[in-house]
Amino acid sequence: MKKTLFALAASCAVMLSGQALADSHAKTKACFIYIGPTGDFGWTYQHDQGRLAVEAELGDKVETAYLENVPESAEAQRPIEAFARSGCNIIFTTSFNYMDPTNKAAKKHPKVKFEHATGFKRESANISTYSSKFYQGRYVQGQIAAKLSKTGVAGYIASFPIPEVVRGINAFILGAQSVNPDFKLKVVWVSTWFDPPKEADAAKALIDQGVDIITQHTDSTAAMQVASERGIKAFGQASDMIKFGPNTQLTAIIDDWAPYYVERVKAVMEGTWEQQDVWHGMADGNVVMAPYTNMPDDVAAMATKTAAAIKDGSLEPFTGPVTKQDGSEWLKDGEKSDIGTLLGMNFYVKGVDDKLPQ
Amino acid sequence: MDVWASIILSVCAASTPLLIAATGELVVERSGVLNLGVEGMMIMGAVAAFATAQVTGNPYLGAVAAVIVGATFSLLFAFLTLTLVANQVATGLALTILGLGLSGMIGESFVGHPGVRMEALNIPVLSDIPVIGKIVFGQDLIFYLSIALLAGVAWFLFKTRAGLMLRSVGDSHNSAHALGIQVIKIRYMAILFGGGCAGLAGGHLSLVYVPQWVEGMTAGRGWIALALVVFASWRPGRLLVGAYLFGAVTIGQFHVQAIGVPIPAQFLTSLPYLATIVVLVLIARNRRLTMINTPAALGTSFVPDR
Amino acid sequence: MRIELQKRPDISKLYSILSPLIALALMVVAGAIMFILLGKNPFHGLYVYFIEPLTDPWSREQILVKATPLTLIAIGLAVCFRSGNWNIGAEGQYLIGGMFGAMIPVLFHGWESPLLLPLMLIMGMAGGALYGFIPAILKSRFGTNEILTSLMLVYVAQQFVDWVVRGPWRDPQGMGFPGTKSFNDSGLLPKIFEFGDAHYGAVIAVIAAVALWFMLSKTLKGFEIAVLGQSPRAGRFAGFSAKQMTLFAFLISGAMAGLAGIGEVSGTVGKLDDKLSLGYGFAAIIVAFLGRLNPLGIVAAGLVLALSYIGGEAAQISIGVSDRATRVFQGLLLFFVLACDTLIHYRVVLVSSVKARM
Repeated sequence: MKKTLFALAASCAVMLSGQALADSHAKTKACFIYIGPTGDFGWTYQHDQGRLAVEAELGDKVETAYLENVPESAEAQRPIEAFARSGCNIIFTTSFNYMDPTNKAAKKHPKVKFEHATGFKRESANISTYSSKFYQGRYVQGQIAAKLSKTGVAGYIASFPIPEVVRGINAFILGAQSVNPDFKLKVVWVSTWFDPPKEADAAKALIDQGVDIITQHTDSTAAMQVASERGIKAFGQASDMIKFGPNTQLTAIIDDWAPYYVERVKAVMEGTWEQQDVWHGMADGNVVMAPYTNMPDDVAAMATKTAAAIKDGSLEPFTGPVTKQDGSEWLKDGEKSDIGTLLGMNFYVKGVDDKLPQ
Repeated sequence: MDVWASIILSVCAASTPLLIAATGELVVERSGVLNLGVEGMMIMGAVAAFATAQVTGNPYLGAVAAVIVGATFSLLFAFLTLTLVANQVATGLALTILGLGLSGMIGESFVGHPGVRMEALNIPVLSDIPVIGKIVFGQDLIFYLSIALLAGVAWFLFKTRAGLMLRSVGDSHNSAHALGIQVIKIRYMAILFGGGCAGLAGGHLSLVYVPQWVEGMTAGRGWIALALVVFASWRPGRLLVGAYLFGAVTIGQFHVQAIGVPIPAQFLTSLPYLATIVVLVLIARNRRLTMINTPAALGTSFVPDR
Repeated sequence: MRIELQKRPDISKLYSILSPLIALALMVVAGAIMFILLGKNPFHGLYVYFIEPLTDPWSREQILVKATPLTLIAIGLAVCFRSGNWNIGAEGQYLIGGMFGAMIPVLFHGWESPLLLPLMLIMGMAGGALYGFIPAILKSRFGTNEILTSLMLVYVAQQFVDWVVRGPWRDPQGMGFPGTKSFNDSGLLPKIFEFGDAHYGAVIAVIAAVALWFMLSKTLKGFEIAVLGQSPRAGRFAGFSAKQMTLFAFLISGAMAGLAGIGEVSGTVGKLDDKLSLGYGFAAIIVAFLGRLNPLGIVAAGLVLALSYIGGEAAQISIGVSDRATRVFQGLLLFFVLACDTLIHYRVVLVSSVKARM
């Protein structure tokens, strides 16, 4: 499975020179720091697909390398710097908590370009941030769930109460309520991104509590497998999980990083790379819905229509009137949320049957 | 499906791997050996089971492979602690560290593939009985094995001559040696049995619990199995109670959350561990109970005098 | 033919020094075999793993950073293990130490004073010691197995610290992400070199190692530890209390683990976050044994293990060997160390005939 990322001779040369020199490479080198294994079939898998797309698109003009299972802490600075020193021209760090280490490394290596996923700090000119509006897909999922659920309750397996996750939960319930105003959502926090047996236990508990559709913000396919065993429906997360539940998956939010990665590596190659902060969504092809399966045609048609409306900008999930869980008004009729509130979201909207862990 | 029946099924699934691994470790500890490598043997069993089932398409062959690999892996521990009289605590830890790393390497090419599930044996008619039908007649083979294994071990330890010999080795290897019992041989066998059980427990995880391979998927269950043996004060009957109590807490924490009881998730997650500590204290306080059952030679090395 | 052990009348001085070296040599051989099985050039693989990091000042500094917590924890464990107390919950004591140490800079965030850092270190040691005290008091009072209780407490500590950094201590400006406010400069362990990463924790570790070495080999307390560790019965006759020793040993090792914890928090991370637990408490057990439970040996052993981490990363970057290889190396190393230790106490002879039955 492992690719030989370096030709032996090349690495010997690097070795002998002691210091790796970026200029000594004719090729552009793109490097990736991953939080999980490339085979998680979720978050990291999709980033690695993006890396492979870079290789496929740019052929022998690039070489790529990656490190998996890099802890999301100050520890990450060392591998990031090791990459910078080994001659990488552009380094993608693909998880939120790489933010501080990436910024520190960027300051120390001004010639290398850094791209940090889902963060917001850009402390030097050679670091960009990028993210995707996954919540757009959650809204579509919520609508589907409300159409198909018989019990009127869906289950949500959540990882950590960070804005990213809370935003997804809120978008889901808003989507559902646009179809069925009384729709309810049960949330279970598992305190992990990736622990299949635990995610499976949570899915079972939710099903026994009466939910008949499961969605998740954790990275494994375990919940999909449990749902399929119990004969209910579920949504895939981050990646198309259809092969784990051919008769179960309704759709999945696919994070497609390929267009962005190709564009940015190209920019480095052509010397046009500039610092930026992007939050792409469906319109840019970064958030893609997997085929609508295991549902009646009219539901699929509705989902397609909603996704199209989000894509062309005529529909924004966080548009008023929206009431917070505590009953206070958040958005007036027709009012759209500002980006700051979305990025730091730390409250539930009405209809979530859970207390947000504080 | 009736809600309670399905909750009980979830509890059974959560308890089975703990029970199997703990049953094996109970025999090992009764022979006077403390093998802290359960987690390592378990994860090796999990990867072996998954890989074999994936390649052959047969989950039962996977289970067999799990037993064989778990037992083989435990031989490393046996050789070091019995033949080379290395420290048991440290060797057990080494086994766990090595198992976690090695299984990750072996399993690398299997990550992300849907596995082959070992389906429940739905016995016709009987499994359709309301409520208890599914629980008694509608589970997977490993579940029934776990119960049979426990019963077999209880019978073996307390009703057979060989079992008596094994216990006497665990109580005092020197006296047992003086009586002509082959201490080292018995301990080798016990460790092999424990390894096979731990392997099977791992196989349950990757064949039944979540049919996929994930690095480190045992997630501390081997350590819980170890705690359960002490929790049960080395009695098979109590082991059953302990394993199911633990399974119930594991599943129950999510129900408590889903119902909406406002307790931090972190507290609920740490509940099983706190419960184990409390029980460890309770049983340790009861001198009479511990004295009778504790293998007196537990954790000490044996070198025969010549 | 089979192996038979003959007890040496005295422990072998020669093998005391040779055995860790033989173990290292065996690991190198095993490593070479592993590289061949993975289809890599074994010489190049071993070079990248174990030599290359030593040739470069940056890597050498990273080794120092990594070795610091490992060494601190391991010298504490050495005291514990020598006295016959099996503390395998150092990871928990490390975490609680980090948390206690962070208490002052978090709760009195604006306070700048030269006193701050020493107070933090003391609090860290106190936290670790207190947490280590729990399994110790349970063992000495109730006879509870300390291996299991100390291990269970690791999981509890992980959850507790997780709750603290997400709940009461969360930085209100942190966009809802877990972690406290970053400490002021006076709460940070200073760096040894101006632009480097190595902090004065490394110096503290060496001082602590020398102090504990002195205690173990030159004082009455050290003698008491040795006697009780060899035979609690003999210790009783000498008038030593095994129960008090349990408390003492756990306090020392807990304090050392706690010091390592606050050292990481203040020297490397600069705040308390949810990613402090990286398994140092377990890896330190390997370090303790590799250093033959001698604090000075442990300083060397800590560097060796740190090298395996840094080399592992280098190997992942340059020859595509996954990070699991590092753990396999570490597991094998501990096995070989334990096996070779037999040589110190026993003569190993191969017996060809069935002379005596086992």
